[in-house]
This record gives sequence, structure tokens and C-alpha cells, in this order.
Amino acid sequence: MEKVYLTIVLAPLIGAIVAGFFGGRIGRRGAHSVSILGVSVSAALSLYTLSRFIWHDEGTFNGTLYTWMVSDGIRFQVGFLVDRLTVLMMATVTFVSLMVHIYTIGYMADDEHNWPHDSKVGTNSYQRFFSYISLFTFAMLMLVMSNNFMQLFFGWEAVGLVSYLLIGFWSVRESAIFANLKAFLVNRVGDFGFILGIAAVAMYFNSMDYKEVFARAPEFAQTQVAVFGGVSLMTLICVLLFIGAMGKSAQVPLHVWLPDSMEGPTPISALIHAATMVTAGVFMVARMSPLYELSDTALSFVMIVGATTALFTGLIGLVQSDIKRVVAYSTLSQLGYMVTAMGASAYAAGIFHLMTHAFFKALLFLAAGSVILAMHHDQDIRNMGALRKYLPITWITFLVGTLALTGFPGLAGSFSKDAIIEAVEESTLYGAHYASVLLTIGVVVTALYSFRLYFLVFHGKERMNDHTRHHLHESPWVVTVPLVALAVLSAVSGWLAIEPLLIGDWFKDAIMVTPAHDTLMKIREEFHGPLQYVIHGLHSEVFYLSMGGMVGAGLIWWFVHSFNPRIDEQIQKYSGPLTWVLVNKYGCDDFNQRVFGGGSQSVGRVFWKGGDEVLIDGAIVNGSAHSVGRLAGLTSRLQTGFLYHYAIAMIVGLVGLLTIFVAL
Amino acid sequence: MPFNSANLLPILPEIAILITAAVVLVVDLYLKEKDKGVNHVLALIGLLVAFVLTGLVGGGERVLAFDGNVVRDLMSDLLKAGALIVSALTLVYARPWLKDRNLLAGEFYVLSLCAVLGMLVMISANTFLTLYLGLELLALSLYALVAFDRDSKLGSEAAMKYFVLGALGSGLLLYGISMIYGATGSIELGAVARAVAEQGSGNKVLVFGVAFLVIGIGFKFGAVPFHMWVPDIYEGAPTPVAMFLGSAPKIAAFAMIVRLLVEGLNALHTDWQGMLAILAVLSIGLGNVAAIAQSNIKRMFGYSTISHVGFIFLGLLAGSTQGYASAMFYTLTYALMAAGAFGILTILSREGFDAQNLEDLKGLNERDPWYAAMMALLMFSAAGVPPTVGFMGKLLVLEAVVRVDMVWLALVAVFFSIIGAFYYLRVVKFIYFDQPTTAVPIVTTGGVRAAMTVNGLAILFLGLFPAALLGLCQAAFP
Repeated sequence: MEKVYLTIVLAPLIGAIVAGFFGGRIGRRGAHSVSILGVSVSAALSLYTLSRFIWHDEGTFNGTLYTWMVSDGIRFQVGFLVDRLTVLMMATVTFVSLMVHIYTIGYMADDEHNWPHDSKVGTNSYQRFFSYISLFTFAMLMLVMSNNFMQLFFGWEAVGLVSYLLIGFWSVRESAIFANLKAFLVNRVGDFGFILGIAAVAMYFNSMDYKEVFARAPEFAQTQVAVFGGVSLMTLICVLLFIGAMGKSAQVPLHVWLPDSMEGPTPISALIHAATMVTAGVFMVARMSPLYELSDTALSFVMIVGATTALFTGLIGLVQSDIKRVVAYSTLSQLGYMVTAMGASAYAAGIFHLMTHAFFKALLFLAAGSVILAMHHDQDIRNMGALRKYLPITWITFLVGTLALTGFPGLAGSFSKDAIIEAVEESTLYGAHYASVLLTIGVVVTALYSFRLYFLVFHGKERMNDHTRHHLHESPWVVTVPLVALAVLSAVSGWLAIEPLLIGDWFKDAIMVTPAHDTLMKIREEFHGPLQYVIHGLHSEVFYLSMGGMVGAGLIWWFVHSFNPRIDEQIQKYSGPLTWVLVNKYGCDDFNQRVFGGGSQSVGRVFWKGGDEVLIDGAIVNGSAHSVGRLAGLTSRLQTGFLYHYAIAMIVGLVGLLTIFVAL
Repeated sequence: MPFNSANLLPILPEIAILITAAVVLVVDLYLKEKDKGVNHVLALIGLLVAFVLTGLVGGGERVLAFDGNVVRDLMSDLLKAGALIVSALTLVYARPWLKDRNLLAGEFYVLSLCAVLGMLVMISANTFLTLYLGLELLALSLYALVAFDRDSKLGSEAAMKYFVLGALGSGLLLYGISMIYGATGSIELGAVARAVAEQGSGNKVLVFGVAFLVIGIGFKFGAVPFHMWVPDIYEGAPTPVAMFLGSAPKIAAFAMIVRLLVEGLNALHTDWQGMLAILAVLSIGLGNVAAIAQSNIKRMFGYSTISHVGFIFLGLLAGSTQGYASAMFYTLTYALMAAGAFGILTILSREGFDAQNLEDLKGLNERDPWYAAMMALLMFSAAGVPPTVGFMGKLLVLEAVVRVDMVWLALVAVFFSIIGAFYYLRVVKFIYFDQPTTAVPIVTTGGVRAAMTVNGLAILFLGLFPAALLGLCQAAFP
């Protein structure tokens, strides 16, 4: 199996290299064929591996492929750990990636219109885009398949890099450059914590290998570290690692970059900023469950951050008018749900939600992309309406995605989200009550913003201008096929996966839960098949809340909107300060920009003017450059060109050595 | 003393090269002027055969042959393979240059093959005699090669200087050998090592001899203050010869220093450690500083060599197996780097024009982006920028030095490397940020492009995945 795993990782990399370096030569067809081929191979083999795990009881693979270096007893290696957690991620990542690859052919078909005519960077942008998304697939696979912290960090940074490149893909747009820089800087904050966490692991465990670290973790359960007035080592490591996850998975207060990342092309919003990369933080916490289980404090921290994100970012979604931004805020909110599940030790439920979310959120983004294509890159939902007549496939699939997102009984989202909410109710950790309340309110909010979006886009009156209306048509098959495939999965994946993932012992080797934290116990005891679970869900308050939200949204944005098209603005106007707070995103952006942005600029200016220009440039650099230059001139004058000078130099050297070593 | 044909096994690569040289010598007589390319093909085949034979007879236990005159061990296998590969690369780069100037004569190949033979003999040497034999064979071939372009006044002058100084260096080396022989009564390195271990550094004659040996080695490597020949010969010699002389012989010289000092005189480690330290510091310092003032790029490479030699010495003087292994790694990768860098110069040259000034590299990116990228890689590697192999080599050497508590040496080396980074990066700046001074297109052959691609990417690949080569180097010093 080792060769299979290696192929899974390398196939997208080869595709990326070929499409990236030889894109100009092999043309657009060549570039998308080769990268899609790479990802298809990878997806097929991932699904094959998954089937081996399901039906043939394939064992966990943990092996080192290459030892990069050994330093002070710590081995830096490239290795794979493929267990049931990994294989689930691999299948999800490669499948969604494949769908996005295919979709991209349609979405980027006339990308040249997005560049100025004389722009040099616009040449071969199509091939470059395929190269990037294949490269992303490689990096993400390295991240999830890693068996050690160093490779995890490599994958972590590599997906961050590709994300940076893709957010700023249209590099001639001011806003894209701003957004990718912002994403990069905010992730730096998270990664700083992350690498400190890895450093703490390396320092105390003297190893980078998961297996060794997890095996020895209980020894350090009681260890105290003398920072911040003394904390437990496990709490320190887990919180630091989680700060990394907060950056990557966009948790409050490091969530600010994700909405801006929508400046990138829609396929990557689906792939990177919804389905896969942003879930890396969630995956990481699940992978580190043997460490997190040892620290109640860290788990509480995780849970509180997650629940806060889940509710408060969802609220912002209510006042957005850009179709992609609404979906982006919904992503933030759903990530909050997953993270909360991690905090409640319901790792299985969180990963389950991660998987279902990957399907329906990729679907929503891709469907939104289809709408954007039809609307000639107008993303404002105030200019849409009644699109169901023009885009029937997009409409149906978008509806499926929306229902799955809001947790409509029977669709994927309902299984996983209900499980999370129930698990959090069961948790006894500090902050569990708070989280439980927030998540429950979050259900209404989710239904409200999702159906607001749905009704404003697909129902009501047509609000677009005549030119756009005449050109409205359904997208080509390369766009709709992935939509349908993802819609099917959004509908059925919950039915198929709930039993093995939550009830069975699928994760028995991969995830560790101590009995005291086992919040999924209750679900397991009351479970009598998926159908019973759905029926049981029909009686829960969660169902009533989401139905309420849906009906409310329908009333306002469909019924009322049909004779009062300005209802959306009026609601926002009459909620006054509340809207103001939401539109300004609780002031997070302003705060960052003024305090951190402005502050760093002033500090930088001081160092630049005082430190750099005067001290370093003036005295040290130019000063030393001058002296080195003089010295160089002097030494080259030693080279006279006369043979006897050279011979004398040798004799002088000889005499010198003899004097020092023999005579003295 | 009955002759045992098993003796021939370890020197099969040498035999292959010798036969090739003889064949080229004869075949050349019957070749018409337009068919001279056959020499090139024959020489490459010979190198390939020797390479394959090295692999076939290589590996496994250390073998002595010819009554202890010749040795075959893991170190000799690896160094021979390295020398053969680098020599083959230089021959490939040299061909278009020679062809443009009607110099594609058999002599060049015969002399080059003899030089390769000399290197292989040096690498296999286990007595002073064999070692000196190989050394002189190499040196004599090189003297002739430097003067190979007979119409070039600069070349003749360089060859003259090289010959006279080389004779002086050889004389000093021989004098040192005679001292050691006098004190130990043997020329076989194993016996010398045992005798030296008994007497220790109390015997001043031994220390006296070591000083001369170190000077001889210093001359062959081109370490300060025995470096004076290096810039003049690099500048004066035809570019392909400078390329040949600046790359593979370093590998042979490394074998010489290990055989003499590590295997033969390990008991006098404290003495030669001090001497090498002085030479290393002077080399790294002067090499890097003087290179800055050069406008001739061949001269600049000359000074750059001197500074790299300092690094090789650093690894050796650490005196640990880790140090030897890292010095070996450094030497092998340096030879590859030097061959590539000079290779670019031969590519930029054309009929009636020799690229040898820094200005000639201006705007290379616009003339040929792929070669520009390769040259940039080579320069980054020479400066020691990650992730190229130059960084790995420096890191390993410095780590070895720090491990034996000679932190000050590491600091000096790093300090001068930073200064040195300037002149390498200046080349990169010329390549990418300046306008070309000429519009003449770069004419190149597929073979050269393939060789340069392999060469440049190897620099990157070995930097990213150093474990395989490093493992081989470490295995050579158990």
C-alpha cells in the first residue's frame, strides 16, 4: 500500500509541475487534462483505499519514506500515517478537488476578460490556475497524511501559500492584493502559536513523530511549565496548537481574513476556503485528540472559541449583499460548529460534519459561481431574483445545498449538526452551557441567512438589467455535472456515514476519547438506525427552530418582498445600531487596521528612519561595504603577476608554518 | 612474487581510462578534420565504461592490491564515481567551444583522459609512490592542457607559471614525503600510520615533514598563501581547461589529503589541524574579499575556489568522522557546482568571442531563461543559499566544526561567507535585472542543454534531499 499512498500524494504534484512550468507549451487543453488526470488518479486511489478500509479491514499504515535529517536526536522525516481518520479526509479532499477541477474548466473558460489587455501576468493564467489547485491538493494531502509534526507544518504552510497565491490570483486588482496580504498576515499570527506549540512538543518529547508523542503524552499529563505563572504542559501545547488552528480555520478573533478571501476565483473559494483547507484546523485537533484529552482547560477554550464563532459570524451573514460573502460567513459559522464539537470531545461528530459540510458547502459555492457566471460577474444579490427560471439545475442543486446546510431532516447537514448539538449538551466542561445556547440560537440564524440568500436569488421579481437578462442561461455541463454530483452526496452522505462514524467504532484507533469526555454516548445508546434518527430529529427543538427560521425567511424575503422589494433595506434600517454593528463586523477589521496595522506602520517608520537609514545603512552597511571594497582592492593588488612574487609568497608561507609548528 | 590477476580487479576503471586514452590517440591519426567528433564520443564512452566498472567492482570490504600499493574502499568508489561524472560533464560542455575554434583535436581528449587517469590513481593510492605518480600524471596533463591553445599568449604565460610553481609545490611535497619516510622507514600508508602512532609528535622530524606535506597539499588545492597560481591560471587557461582544472581535480586532491593526513598521519592530528586552520581562515578570508574586486568572471571563480577550499579544510580539520564526511560531501558538490558555472561560460562563448567578463552575463534571462535559471541556482548554491546544496554543504561543515568546540572558526567562516555572498548575488543581479549588451543569440546543442539541466537541477535536488549522498559519504568514514 505504501506505493499507492505515495502515488496519491505525488500525482497532483506532477500535474501541478507540468501545468505550471510547461503550461505555455502544452496549452490550455493540455494543462487541464494533465492536472485533472493527476487528481483523478489520486481520487480513484483514495476511494480505493477507503473501500479497503470499509470492506477489507485494511490496517493502519504508519511508515517513514524518507529521512531528511537527524539533528540532536530528533528525526525529521517524510512519512505517512494512514488510518481511518486520514482516509476519510483523503477521500473528501480528493473528491471535492476533482469536482472543482472539472468545474474550473467552465468557470475559467474566458479568464482573459479578467485581465487588462496589455497585462503580462495575464498570459497563461488559465494554466497557472490549474497548476495552483493541483498544488493545493498535493499540499493538503501532505498535511492530512503526515505522521509527524514537521510534515504537518510543511503541509500547513504549503496550503497557506497556495491560498495566498489564489486569493490574489487576479493580481491586478487592488482588493485582491489587499485580501491576500491580509490572509497571509492573519495566518502568520496563528502560525506563530502553532510553531511554538510544535516547539514545545519537540522540547519536552524530543521527538516529532505522532506515535511516539502520543504514546508518551500521559507521562506529561501532570507536568507544569513556568510560563504565564505556571500552566500545565498539555494545556500550553494544546492551546498553542489551537491558535494555529484558529488562524487556518478562521475562528474568532482570527476570522477576519476568510470573508475577504472571496476576492479569489469562486472554484478556490469552494475548494480551499470552504471544503478543505479551512477545515485543516479541525482535522488537526482531531488528530491530536490524545493530547487534547489530557487538558480540560484547552478543551473548554476550544469549545468557547468555536461556539462564539458559530453564532456571531453567522449573524453577520444576515446583512451581506454579496452572494459569495453570505456563503463565506456561513462557512465561518459552520467551522465554529465543528470546532465546538472538538471542544466537547465529540471528535467523530466534528469530522462527520467536516465531511458533510465539505460536500454541501462546495456545492453552495460552485452553485453561487454558476450564478455569478450567468450574471456576468455581478455578485450583488440585490440585482438578482427569479433565477430559477433561467438556471434550473443550479436552482435545484442550490436548494439541496441550502436545505443540507440548515439541517433539513434527512439531508447530510441534519445528521452531523444534530449530533454536534446533542454532544455539546452532554458535555460537562466549563463553558459547555454557553456553547450549547449559542449553537442552538445559531440554528435559527443559519436558517435565516441561508433562506434569505436562496429566496433573494432564485425567487421574487427579476431585478437585473435587461442586458444581463437576455444573456442569462444555464452553465455548461462541466459546471453542472459537479453540482449534481455534490448535490447527490449532500443528500445521501448523512444516511450512509452516520452509523459507522458516530455509532460504530470507525475511529477506534485514530481518535482517543477518555470515558469522562464521551459525549457521544447518549446518541450511541439511543440510536436505532438512520431512519429512527431522522424521525427522532423531527421532535427536537433544533428542528422547530430551523423550520421557524426557514418560514420566517420565506415570509420576509419571498412573501413580503414580492410586494415590497425594499424590505431588506428597511429591516436593516430599522434595526439601526444592530445593523451598524453587524455591517462593521463588530469592529474587528477596523480595530486590526487601526491598532495593529497602524501601530506596526508607526513602529516600522521609527525603525526605518532611525534604525535602518541612519544606523544600519549609513554606518554598518555602506560603511562596511566601503571598507570591504578598499580591502578587496588592496588584496587584488597583491596579485602582481610576477612569478617570483608568487614563489616568494609560498616560501614565506613555508617559513611561517615551520616557525609556528616546529620551532615554537 | 607471483602475480595474482585478482590484483587487476580494483583498478579496472583505471585500465578502462588508459585503454580509451590509447585508442583515442591512435584513432585520431586516421580521422579527417570533420570527423574529429569521434574523439569526443570515444572519450565519453571510456568515462562511462569506467563509471560502470567502478560500480561493478565497488562496494563491500576494503581491498588492497599490488602489495599494498593500491587500495579500493568505499571512499575511493564514491570519489572515483564523482570524478568521472564531473569529468564527463566538463567534456560535454567543452565540445562546442572547441569546435568553434577548430581545436577539437585528439590531443585535448588524450590529455584530459590522462588527467582523469591521474586522478583515479591518486584516489586509489595507498603508498606515497602511487600517490605521487598519480599526482604528477594529473599535473603534467594539466600543464599541457593550459597551454593547449598555442596561439594564445595568455595561455602560454599561464602554463609557464603553473609549471614552475607546480614544480616548486611538488618539490616541497616530495621533501615532506622523504622526511616521513626517513622517520618511519616505510612508504606504505598503513605502516606509516603505525610507526607514527608509536613515535607521536615528539619526533620533530615528523612534524617537519607534515608541514611540507601540508604545503604541498595546500598548493594543489590552491589554499592561501599557496594560491597565487589560481587566479592567473583560471584567467589564462582556455575556458574548458579552466573548467576541467577547477572541478574534478579537487576531488582527487581531497583523496590525497585524506590518504596522507587522515589515514597516514592521524596520530599527528593536533599538528596538521593547526596548520589547516591557518590555511582555512586565510583562504576563506582572502578568497572572498579579493573576489569582490574582480571584473573578470574566470578570475572571480578562481578566488571563489580558494574560499571553498577553506571550507573543505574546515571539515577536515574537525578531525571527526562527521567532519570528514561533510568535507567529502562539500568537495563532491563543489566540483559539480564549479563544472556547471564554467559550463555556462562556455555556452555564452562563441566563435571569436570568449565570455569572461561579468558584463557578458548581463540580461542572460532575456537571452535564454532556462540557462539563466540554472546559473542563478549555481550562484545561489555557491553563496550557500537554501535550499541549494551549497547551503547544505556549508551547514554540515560548520556543524562538524562547532561539534569539536571550534566555534570561532565557524564564526569567521560565516562572516566571510556573508561578504562572499555579495559577488555571487551580483552575478544573479546581472542575469535578471540588467539589459543584455549584445543581441547575438545563444547557440547551443541539445546535449549541452540536457547536461546543464541535470547539473543545475542536481544542485537543487541534492540540497532538498541530501540524505542519499550524505549517507554514502558517511559510510566512507566508518
